[in-house]
Amino acid sequence: MALLLAVSFFAAKSDRFLVADNGSLILQQVMVVGVLAVGQTLVILTAGIDLSNGASMALGQIVMTKLATQGGASPLVALAMGVLTCAAFGLLNGTLVTRIRMPPFIVTLGTLNIAFALTHIYSNDESFAGLPDALTFLGRTFTVGPTELTYGVVAMLVVFGVTWYALTQTAWGRHVYAVGDSPGAARLSGIHTDRVLLSVYSLAGFVYGVAAILLVARTEVGDPNAGLTDNLDSITAVVLGGTSLFGGRGSVLGTLLGALIVGVFRNGLTLIGVDAIYQTLTTGVLVILAVSVDQLTQSRQR
Amino acid sequence: MSGGAPVLEARRIVKRYGHVTALDGASFDVRAGEILAVIGDNGAGKSTLIKVLSGATTPDAGEVRLEDRPVRFRSPLDARRAGIETVYQDLALAPALDVSSNLFLGRELRRAGLAGSLLRLLDKRGMRREAARQLAELGIEVPSITAPVENLSGGQRQGVAVARAAAWARRVVILDEPTAALGVRETSHVLALIRRIRDRGLAVVLISHDMPHVFELADRIQVMRLGRRAAIVTPRSHTMADAVALMMGALAGASA
Repeated sequence: MALLLAVSFFAAKSDRFLVADNGSLILQQVMVVGVLAVGQTLVILTAGIDLSNGASMALGQIVMTKLATQGGASPLVALAMGVLTCAAFGLLNGTLVTRIRMPPFIVTLGTLNIAFALTHIYSNDESFAGLPDALTFLGRTFTVGPTELTYGVVAMLVVFGVTWYALTQTAWGRHVYAVGDSPGAARLSGIHTDRVLLSVYSLAGFVYGVAAILLVARTEVGDPNAGLTDNLDSITAVVLGGTSLFGGRGSVLGTLLGALIVGVFRNGLTLIGVDAIYQTLTTGVLVILAVSVDQLTQSRQR
Repeated sequence: MSGGAPVLEARRIVKRYGHVTALDGASFDVRAGEILAVIGDNGAGKSTLIKVLSGATTPDAGEVRLEDRPVRFRSPLDARRAGIETVYQDLALAPALDVSSNLFLGRELRRAGLAGSLLRLLDKRGMRREAARQLAELGIEVPSITAPVENLSGGQRQGVAVARAAAWARRVVILDEPTAALGVRETSHVLALIRRIRDRGLAVVLISHDMPHVFELADRIQVMRLGRRAAIVTPRSHTMADAVALMMGALAGASA
């Protein structure tokens, strides 16, 4: 609904908005945050939160680009090491949440800082350019009708599709919802709740690794300052997509819509000439509106 | 309900929490096809006994026997594998999941063939069909098998929770205060449901504070006092006043 409203509003305001090339551009712009938001959705469905995803992606991206340019690693190995780094951070988050029973907010606040620091230490605050083709392959485009799409956008849609399948069509997905909805009932139903949580955080980490690949493909450079606010943008997308921060309710397709809403707003406001800082203001208002709706419907049900 | 060997039995169970002795040599037995009520004042050891029987806690001493063989439940899962299902007072269901998902939570069915084994695809239709059949068989009415449990009334919810236990239990169903939060009409539905489960040949253990319900429903009543089994009575041999006196220690029971 909100998406349709926004699209028609901007279409009326700017004749450059509703053209295929602009649609392709919006997809480009939401690609990285969209994939981060997939991992974020998994974590939030279990009533957790992941503040570390942007920083973890930034570290993965630096690992990939530094290994490929200075480390002499083959591009495939470099990519794999970057993804593994992100998955390891996910595993660390999951281990701390399940073994030491720390609140996810605190755990990921800690790993956010660790990943951020490691990014700058490992990169020496340098950028890595001149990447081999294999690293930026997903940035290449192919023609669809009147416009061109990058392979990265396709990869994003695949990540959404696979996650949707896992969440809605498998027992694992039901257990993710159950653990977020009522951990006690889940445990007494024989679900190994800690195993589910560990798998969710690790899988989210892996997905952030995919986001790192997409980031590298899009920017064609390893930048230690990348992704600084992407953790909050991913939470924005998840919340706008209707997933409850209390856990157990929501969907990854909602998150795709949420990411598109943010993308459409940013892009549309730019086209009608609104300053970037007002775009951020609008996003903030959107998030507060979305969470209020969530709160109100929750309290009515309780 | 005459004679017969106990399905589930506990002998001289001891459980301490720090300085507090919750169970002080408590015994217990239940037979197939009977409703055994467990009553007692607060702190008499009812809930600890149930936790031991359902695997939610492990005893410090004593023995649990299933069909005359000693067993050791380390988790609720162990007890469930042995055919013992428990309906917990508050934590029975996941509110945001639908009726069918709740009935099969932790025991989901997968599609046959590659779709199930390789793609892990759930057999949603099969589960819905089976859930609907189970509910119909027990006479439980819900608005829809795909409605989230939180949209159901308290009685319907309790019905779903009990149906789940009945569907999976092979030997024993343990019910912890099943009518605590229900209205009069809903309560009578649940009571009838409990009888139907007994008539399927399962052993039913009913923990309740509600004396009239206990006396209406139970075949035998185990009275707990100070962490032990103070007496076993039946609704025919004793009155409610007797049972309360036994609970309070005002009347000495023939302890087993």
